[in-house]
Amino acid sequence: MIPGSFDYHAPTSLDDALALLTEHGGDAKILAGGHSLIPAMRFRLAVPEVLVDIGRIPDLEYIREEDGHLAVGGMTREVALEDSDLVNAKYPLLADTARVIADPLVRNLATVGGNLAHADPANDHPATMLAYGASVVARGPNGSRTIAIDDFFVDLFESALESNEILTEIRIPTPPAHGGGAYLKMERKVGDYAVSAVAVQLVLDGGTVSSARIGLTNVNPVPMRAKNAEAELVGKAATDDVLEAAGRAAAGECDPSGDLRGSAEYKRDVTRILTKRAIRKAVERAKGGN
Amino acid sequence: MTHLDDRTEPHSPLPEGASAQVATTDEIRIRTPEKVCGMGHPMKRKEDPRFIQGKGRYVDDVKLPGMLYMDIVRSPYAHAKIKKIDASAALAMDGVLAVITGEDLKAAGDLHWMPTLMSDTQMVLPIEKVAYYAQEICAVVATERYIAADAIEKVVVDYEPLEAVVDPHLALEDKVIVRDDKEKKTNHIWHWEAGDKAATDRVFAEAAHVIEQTMHIPRIHVSSIETCGMVANYSKVTEQMQIYMTSQAPHAHRTVFALVSGLPEQKIQIISPDIGGGFGGKVPVYPGYVCCAVASLVTGKPVKWIEDRSENLQADSFARDYHITAEMAADANGKITGLRVKTLADCGAADAAANPSKFPAGLYSICTGSYDMKAAHIAVDGVYTNKPPGGVAYRCSFRVTEAVHMIERMTDIMAHDLGEDPADFRLKNFIRPDQFPYKSPTGWEYDSGNYKAALDEAMKLIDYRALREEQAAKRERGELMGIGISSFTEVVGAGPSRDFDILGIKMFDSAEIRIHPTGKAIARFGTKSQGQGHETTYAQIVAEELGLPAADVQVEEGDTDTAPYGLGTYASRSTPTAGAAGAMAARKIKAKAKKIAAHLLEVGEEDLEWNVDKFQVKGSPDQAKTIQEIAFAAYTNHPQGMEAGLEATDYYDPPNLTFPFGSYICVVDIDSGTGEVHVRRFVAVDDCGNIINPLIVEGQIHGGLTQGLAPALFEEIVYDENGQNLTGTLADYLVPTAVESPKWETGRTITPSPHHPLGAKGVGESPTVGAPPAIVNAVVDAMWHLGVRHVEIPMTPQRIWAQLREHGVTD
Amino acid sequence: MSRHTIKLTVNGEAVEKEVESRLLLVHFVREVLDLTGTHIGCDTTSCGACTVLLDGRAVKSCTVFAAQADGRSVETIEALAADGTLHPLQEGFWEKHGLQCGYCTPGMILSAKHLLEKNPDPTEEEIRWGISGNLCRCTGYNKIVEAIRYAADKQRESTEEVSA
Repeated sequence: MIPGSFDYHAPTSLDDALALLTEHGGDAKILAGGHSLIPAMRFRLAVPEVLVDIGRIPDLEYIREEDGHLAVGGMTREVALEDSDLVNAKYPLLADTARVIADPLVRNLATVGGNLAHADPANDHPATMLAYGASVVARGPNGSRTIAIDDFFVDLFESALESNEILTEIRIPTPPAHGGGAYLKMERKVGDYAVSAVAVQLVLDGGTVSSARIGLTNVNPVPMRAKNAEAELVGKAATDDVLEAAGRAAAGECDPSGDLRGSAEYKRDVTRILTKRAIRKAVERAKGGN
Repeated sequence: MTHLDDRTEPHSPLPEGASAQVATTDEIRIRTPEKVCGMGHPMKRKEDPRFIQGKGRYVDDVKLPGMLYMDIVRSPYAHAKIKKIDASAALAMDGVLAVITGEDLKAAGDLHWMPTLMSDTQMVLPIEKVAYYAQEICAVVATERYIAADAIEKVVVDYEPLEAVVDPHLALEDKVIVRDDKEKKTNHIWHWEAGDKAATDRVFAEAAHVIEQTMHIPRIHVSSIETCGMVANYSKVTEQMQIYMTSQAPHAHRTVFALVSGLPEQKIQIISPDIGGGFGGKVPVYPGYVCCAVASLVTGKPVKWIEDRSENLQADSFARDYHITAEMAADANGKITGLRVKTLADCGAADAAANPSKFPAGLYSICTGSYDMKAAHIAVDGVYTNKPPGGVAYRCSFRVTEAVHMIERMTDIMAHDLGEDPADFRLKNFIRPDQFPYKSPTGWEYDSGNYKAALDEAMKLIDYRALREEQAAKRERGELMGIGISSFTEVVGAGPSRDFDILGIKMFDSAEIRIHPTGKAIARFGTKSQGQGHETTYAQIVAEELGLPAADVQVEEGDTDTAPYGLGTYASRSTPTAGAAGAMAARKIKAKAKKIAAHLLEVGEEDLEWNVDKFQVKGSPDQAKTIQEIAFAAYTNHPQGMEAGLEATDYYDPPNLTFPFGSYICVVDIDSGTGEVHVRRFVAVDDCGNIINPLIVEGQIHGGLTQGLAPALFEEIVYDENGQNLTGTLADYLVPTAVESPKWETGRTITPSPHHPLGAKGVGESPTVGAPPAIVNAVVDAMWHLGVRHVEIPMTPQRIWAQLREHGVTD
Repeated sequence: MSRHTIKLTVNGEAVEKEVESRLLLVHFVREVLDLTGTHIGCDTTSCGACTVLLDGRAVKSCTVFAAQADGRSVETIEALAADGTLHPLQEGFWEKHGLQCGYCTPGMILSAKHLLEKNPDPTEEEIRWGISGNLCRCTGYNKIVEAIRYAADKQRESTEEVSA
């Protein structure tokens, strides 16, 4: 399995990269970690004429807190999230997610930005970023713009990024006190995409869930928020009945397709169960547990 | 003629100290000091230094001057007429030298078809139609690997899609004919029966309890991490064909190549270098090999062909695909009395199982397993479908996996139905030690066994009774925990030549040992290791017999120009056959050594006794000659009238198969929400007779267990209704990682084979055969109280979930 | 189709070659540099037979273009015993029978090397997760885990000796 031919460019500045993207338009693809793109090229499912490798542009790999959010550079490798004390201490939903993406070797190269920009509903970060209410910074020829994650996923494999824009940063709001999150993924084996996975980020006010966002992985043509499930949860104590109602809502609002990972009916039920379990875990964490 | 042959003895002499009675002990017998490292020593493997330093040499590592590369165009349809193949655009590319089609092969002497090991025929490249998805259409030869990959994209094939038949039950209706090249327009290939039908029917008529269960043992794929490949190097000048090939059976392949191509056999050299896992997948001759050899013949240059993973998964030999309906009968005391089995064997587009026996369903009739019963009858029908051919390639001795799965499931269902503990039920029904050699109702003679001892050991290691108490407590709380047992009997070591051959060549195997003047040795064998550690195990056999340090014995296999003719490594046959040949050849050498020692010590042979590594004078052990001294004398001071040198060859035709066995116990916890199965513990007690290298044996067992876990829970080759393979990558075909694979716990009993020269049996496949039903039995055991009787493999979470929901369990 | 001159360090030695843009790093290592200890087992970034260290991190070299490695450092299995002494991992795999056919072994060893650099004292669970990007079809993994544990102990012993 050998990729088709292409012209390769490795610009060392964002401006050069953007100029190349503008010059080649739809014929060019951005090469970040390459772990979605290169396999697709080996099967010749993707045959770009031009690759713009953004791996040599400085200052796109970082994880830092600023202005009430966690800023993650677009080229940040998944392994950096796993290894980050900051992420592990304050962003457990993100830490959960990073640990179950593909396998450790893949995570050494695969990037957070690539995982999002590919807009693959099977990828794990979309649900997590939806649950966090993150935003995405895109740099284009005319400067940067910020895209709310709720507006980012347009269609299957289609994001709000223009073909001459580069995802440079992801901003995750720092959870408040009594905030908690969790990502639960059911996969058939390590390295597999999710049968279903659920990302929950919530805030507790006393015994009540005062706000919650829930994202779902691989059970919808487009990465989605489970808004009905959120509605079942917000303003209530996370009792078994509430959890069940939220789980049922999530199962009802997603739209999985049947495949080797299971029938649509099965995936809905797994979504129901994982939603309950993820909420339970997020609540525990919000209360100060792990 | 002084070349000694001890064939005057029956060809199954017991080693000194071995007992003909079945004696079970878990102690490994060690008779040589560590310096010699004979049988029983956990010797570190001699082959490892090259592998751990990246210096193994696999087929894709072979690089010859001027080497070309071949790639293959494959069919996107499972069944289609070929109207036209237009290779002009590919041929016009820079660097493309040739495109080989079925027509070309036909013109070259009807090479477009080849024989299979089951007396069927198989297309090499099609002319009229394709019969399975990813079937080879034509081969492109280019100067570079990347150019060949580009060129196959440029070949335009005009297909007329035909309806495909994927389900063997539908295939029997003969609405779609897979093989219209045959005179008889039917998909039914053969019908085969074993056992006594009338006696079995009588037993069932008289039975107090009868159970029936259908089960499907689905298609799986070995997926060795190295795919298949070849470098063919034909010289138009010398007319010699040198082939590097991922071959588990290089000699047999050489003969097949000679017969098919017409090249003289002495002009063909097949070298099977290091092999990155075989498991049966490198026994068949695939069309790609033939095309590669033809490409070299045509161009007169070396040509390399290496499959990619998708080609490997989509077109190479599969295993299993048996659709089974089984009935078991028991009397009022809960004693199994009979077994009646009907089976549909989905063979794909050709009957091409690598099953070199005279039985179409291989050793499937071993299916009465470890249980003594009055009668059994099995009937199997082979069927063509629009799927790739194959049949046994997954670490399995010719269909014994299907047999064991069935009998162990049936036994468990019967025990549960009768309300008996599955362990107690097995203990009650086992063939007793005093019944060996045991004649089974389907005609097999089991060599030795002590099934109770193995199950007792497994129950002790896992604390079976305590687990049952834990299970009862958990069940009260609604938690799903299951305990499953499999007490399997394997049948390996093909084989007695009366029953086993490849295209008429009997399934013996061979060893040739030469002792050099300095007391070092080279030993060559007709088998071919693919990771089994032959370089170490065989050296230890020679060390055991001759007292030469195993470190001084260089073992070679896989080069047909140098190794003695053998049938290769698969079906756990290497130790039973070639290992035995090694021992027998060593004994011939020892007999000659004794004569030389007598000559050197100036005593009669009858005055000498063997002591580890020397012949000594009885009653006067100071008077002795070591094997090294004798070796030197064999070249410098041998007796008048005796040939110089110290070497021997043996072709060993085993008197019977060997019958390893074991008892496995598996503990699972089931997630009642998602249906996921967690294997919490797995204890495997294996009995493979006398052990040559316990380290290697344990490694074989661990590996086999993971390959038993895999089909039980993860792996299946899945086709859609059009015959498209949906599991054509390792992203879809789920080979377990270290995370899914549990920490295996092992134990052993030792019941020597009475007919093997070393008392050894095979071991490589036992765990693959024994593990799946233990896991299924555990899963069903966890849910039996809910009303679940059976779960098909692979037991995917969805399958478990469906059963749970059907029986009212949810989360 | 562009061609590029790449300069990188492979097993400590400077290498300069002209490559086609689409040349995969695994083919660069195997075919251009003849370092055939790095193997190929799949097309989907699944098996890890092609694992090398890229700037010290274990990566699947089938999913990296050689051009991407320009200016970086690549370490393959051939580097581990270059001075004639087996690396503790190589020793562990030999001692503990951590390999059978040997095909996955170089990748497995390099994955383990990176794992132990990050976590010198891993639990069995951490080892299993750490090598979960590498498939082995022969060993059932038990003895690979033991081999890596052996190396961890050996490396920690020698570190303690140095610091003592």
